[in-house]
Amino acid sequence: MRILATIRLAIRALQRNKLRSLLTMLGIIIGVGSVIAAVSITSGATKQVEDQVSALGQNVVSVFPGSFTSGGARGGWGGITTLTVDDAEAVLKNVANIVAVSPEVRDRNQVLANGLNWNTMIMGESPDYPQIRNWEMGTGAMFTEQDVRSVAKVAVIGKTVADQLFPNEDALGETVRIRDIPFKVVGILAAKGFNLFGQDQDDTVVIPYSSHMKRVSRRTFVSSILVQVASANEITKVQSDINDLLKSRHRSLEPDFTVRTQLELAQVATSSSKTMSVLLAAIASISLVVGGIGIMNIMLVSVTERTREIGIRMAVGARAHDVLIQFLVEAVTLSAFGGLVGVGLGVGAAHIIASIKDMPVLTPLIWIGVASISSALVGIISGFYPAWKASQLDPIDALHYE
Amino acid sequence: MNAVIQLDDIHKTYHTGEVDVHAVRGVSLAIQPGEFVAIMGASGSGKSTLMNIIGCLDRSTAGRYQLDGVDVSKLNRDELADIRNQKIGFVFQGFNLLARTSALENTELPMLYRRQRLPTHERHEHALRALETVGLAKRADHHPNQLSGGQQQRVAIARSLVNQPALLLADEPTGNLDSQTSIEIMGVFQKLNDQGITIIMVTHELDIASYTKRNIILRDGNIISDTAVAHRLIAENELGKLRQAQEAVQLA
Repeated sequence: MRILATIRLAIRALQRNKLRSLLTMLGIIIGVGSVIAAVSITSGATKQVEDQVSALGQNVVSVFPGSFTSGGARGGWGGITTLTVDDAEAVLKNVANIVAVSPEVRDRNQVLANGLNWNTMIMGESPDYPQIRNWEMGTGAMFTEQDVRSVAKVAVIGKTVADQLFPNEDALGETVRIRDIPFKVVGILAAKGFNLFGQDQDDTVVIPYSSHMKRVSRRTFVSSILVQVASANEITKVQSDINDLLKSRHRSLEPDFTVRTQLELAQVATSSSKTMSVLLAAIASISLVVGGIGIMNIMLVSVTERTREIGIRMAVGARAHDVLIQFLVEAVTLSAFGGLVGVGLGVGAAHIIASIKDMPVLTPLIWIGVASISSALVGIISGFYPAWKASQLDPIDALHYE
Repeated sequence: MNAVIQLDDIHKTYHTGEVDVHAVRGVSLAIQPGEFVAIMGASGSGKSTLMNIIGCLDRSTAGRYQLDGVDVSKLNRDELADIRNQKIGFVFQGFNLLARTSALENTELPMLYRRQRLPTHERHEHALRALETVGLAKRADHHPNQLSGGQQQRVAIARSLVNQPALLLADEPTGNLDSQTSIEIMGVFQKLNDQGITIIMVTHELDIASYTKRNIILRDGNIISDTAVAHRLIAENELGKLRQAQEAVQLA
């Protein structure tokens, strides 16, 4: 019998007991629906985290100062003051596959302008900073290498700072005062939003690191070094090269610094949602199994009820194979249709939950595929035994079944 | 002429628990094309078992059975299914139509299991033609529960004919019908037999058997009598008589 005709036959058989078919599908619908909803929400969250991690910059390796120990008291990360601009220059000069380096100096300070003031993060960076952070300029331009060398009093400000200090006018070309030192605003960064840790990235003022160290914070060490690697494949190699280089430069047995990659940050940030996904997948497979048992149960009932029909079909020439396929297709139709409805309801539910809780949603196509295939598989597995039982009936017994 | 059915020393033994039931004990029988045979016997005489063997629904435990020149005693389940599909049409006592399925679709059923597939429109044509043969083309879209017993049996006959089998097997075809409808159904069989279709029928009603051409009587798994019907009844005449009788009653 042709497969299309068999499917039509199956649909008709299922339509005869609409309520029963619906109830049977419910297990699969709930199983698939909950998986799709959960996956949509967790992948949305994961995608958001990944976006935020990549917003940290393209292929970025960060060097942080290590902790120090003084008289048994251990300082936290960044306590040590050994990371210098020279280290940054040495990294750029000696480590292969590096595109850009920015020694970073960070400090919170009050910024004054236009009769207003605002407390913000003052960042000392190299001119490569926007490139490393994958950050577009809104208006104006980034300061230059020349500005770094001349310890220029120029600044590039974030959107939030611009809005706070120059609410109704263009900040470009204006002057902001940091510690009473006037800095000319040469550029305004494009809005970037919140980072992985919920901080407003636009709430910042970026000045040349030399100006920061000599004029603002009066420090000789840097807070961290940002290194951009040429390609993602070389990140691990660059990480270990920097490690080796700085170890020899600092002549220390225990490294007084750490080299972190974006990847590690991303892993930390997404590990919890991965655990969540595994848990959900486990619950989902349990509900699929339960749904499958429901289908098997109903198919067994159906085979018994339709024993005489099976007998008639066999009498007029249906082979065991024909009967097997007929009931198998019925079971698969039940489960596959349940799966499709489940996918639809799952996507719908995810969007409703997301819009209520203001979360991003993303339903990966692969999960829709996985859900459809696994529900069809559930149909095949749970439908096989009843269908096989039907196909093995004796035509005479089946015909005389009351 | 080759026999449609050639049975040589057919035995059938059922193993039910401790007792072996020897239902058919060495039946030999030849049926030629165009014959119309009634197999009779009391219950337990082995007629149903013999019918199941002839219908390829069951296999004999010993003996040789040739159907239309093919030795079917050694065929497997699937091959038997194909034989039933291609060479045999079944008519049952209980009609055995699929419920909630139109007369047309019921008639199409054997064509769905043909090895050579037919396009849908050809299936419809064949089925309609078969329904016309039994005089039911107008009710093609009726479901069994919308048809009378006689009409349901006509649909079953149409279904049995649709694959143009060599042989039509009817198991107590009039068992569930009143006497007038029974005669009508026998009329359909006689008409088909006149067209050359071989028919074998199981019945325990003597008057029904006299519409056939040859009567075989079984007892305890053996043929005890095999005779040509001397005074064959013709369904049309009998129906005419019946109508006259009914009119007479009404007139009286």
